[in-house]
Amino acid sequence: MAEREQIRKPAPANREQSVEEAPPASERGSDIKAQLDDLLDEIDEVLETNAEDFVKSYIQKGGE
Amino acid sequence: MAVPKTLGLETEYGIVHRGAPEPNPISASSLLINAYLITTHQAPGPGRAAVGWDFTDETPGNDARGGAPAGSLAPEIETHLVNAVLTNGARYYVDHAHPELSTPECADARSVVVYDRAAELIAARSMESARMLLPPGEEIVVYKNNSDGKGNSYGCHENYLVSRAVPFSRIVTHATAHFVTRQIFCGAGKLGSETSGMRLDEAGYQISQRADFIEEEVGLETTLKRPIVNTRDEPHADAAKYRRLHVIVGDANMSQVATFLKVGTTALVMALTEDDAVPREMRFAAPVAALRQVSRDLSLREPLELVDGSTITALGAQWELLAAARAYVETRGADAVGGDVAHQVLDRWEAVLGGLERDPMEPAGQVDWVAKLRLLEGFRSRHGLDWEDARLRALDIQYHDLRPTKSLAARAGLETLVDEAEAELAMTEPPPDTRAFFRGRCLQRFAAEVVAANWDSIVFDVGEGSLRRVSMTEPTRGTVAHVGTMFDECGSAIDLLRRLGAAGA
Repeated sequence: MAEREQIRKPAPANREQSVEEAPPASERGSDIKAQLDDLLDEIDEVLETNAEDFVKSYIQKGGE
Repeated sequence: MAVPKTLGLETEYGIVHRGAPEPNPISASSLLINAYLITTHQAPGPGRAAVGWDFTDETPGNDARGGAPAGSLAPEIETHLVNAVLTNGARYYVDHAHPELSTPECADARSVVVYDRAAELIAARSMESARMLLPPGEEIVVYKNNSDGKGNSYGCHENYLVSRAVPFSRIVTHATAHFVTRQIFCGAGKLGSETSGMRLDEAGYQISQRADFIEEEVGLETTLKRPIVNTRDEPHADAAKYRRLHVIVGDANMSQVATFLKVGTTALVMALTEDDAVPREMRFAAPVAALRQVSRDLSLREPLELVDGSTITALGAQWELLAAARAYVETRGADAVGGDVAHQVLDRWEAVLGGLERDPMEPAGQVDWVAKLRLLEGFRSRHGLDWEDARLRALDIQYHDLRPTKSLAARAGLETLVDEAEAELAMTEPPPDTRAFFRGRCLQRFAAEVVAANWDSIVFDVGEGSLRRVSMTEPTRGTVAHVGTMFDECGSAIDLLRRLGAAGA
């Protein structure tokens, strides 16, 4: 469904520009990817196991 | 003239009582706070009085515009729930159905970050303490976010001391321009939408947790029809000299840099407002719609319409405010806005706007909505999930979990501005450079004689018949420079009161 795709990517032109400004672009890119992979491994470990129930039961009263 | 920007945050936390047969958020909040007070010896015990909050001076129904419009609801004060003053000068209490912690008064944005991090550590310690009091299998968990994803919101309010001499309408104009657009660096990010009439899955991801709940431009309410600019006129200080701008529009931040910028930039915008140094009135044609539009525009490129028919992007508006703030500090100095810290705010502000302009995903180490989106996108593509998958919603909530073992924000590689030792010390030590120092020291040294305290006074019972109230209507007095030596020289509360020459209450 179209509405699922509403998370928009930033304009590609700007991304290229920022890569040009950082000299060792490929190294930097693979570093960032490795960091994200480690992070995602950790999220796999600590994320609430029954996500459906957890999200359903996360109900708060309005405050302030 | 801009008055020195005394600052503070009040954060209402989300709370879940896991494993409880009939969870009740009010009793869970009370238990959480009491557990902390007991384990840190700030609760009633042998030779020790509990120091409660004094409500004498609370007037949250006062409206900065003068008379409140018909139909306005003044917030009610709940006086029967746990309400403690901590030795760091903070207030820790149950508000509605949430635990809430108000930082002590801080003299600059960096100090706010220290005490906001201390508040997170206090919440984490409270959860550990509560676990020891609860039956096996039960746990109370605290979340530093602003929405449950089901239409219920709770706030992270900011406070800025401003001069009473400034016309409130001028504050409204410039504060609105800032609040509509500053979310690009201080939004905490949220999956889905909670606007009535819009399906939960319709909005995708948005920048702000709060934008869906803001319905008015200006108003007194905080629990319904929430406004961009809140008019609560309760300065907790000399009302002839000061206002306290009470800001309810913002998100609670996990990123220290985001908290630093949220508070630091707003303090600057307020100083500019007081000194009438904002080059133009940036009035949005439809401020509430603009606030929501910015929250949903992850490209940060959409034009926002101004009343004069021209347009500006959120980034453009922020660049303009930054330029005005730089010029202000260059010509008038930074004394009113935290001295050197103001220069750090300006540099950070410029850096984050530059990053967002090059690529909105660049400041993932500084901006919460970017950091969270990076996790969501990475997790989604790794597991091939739809955006509606419950695991992504769980990730969104768990980003704000304050348990060190579970917090995703703590794992997201966010840059920190204060080290943990400093924040740990701030759990019990007051800031040295505001009146919170006096409050904190009184509680550290003479808690048995302190009957009650609030923002601008402390009431002592030293066994001389009548109670003695010490008034603190000047937020920049009562600092270590003013009263540090006095505390060193006084062996008792009676000594202290004699030295202060306090009048009987």
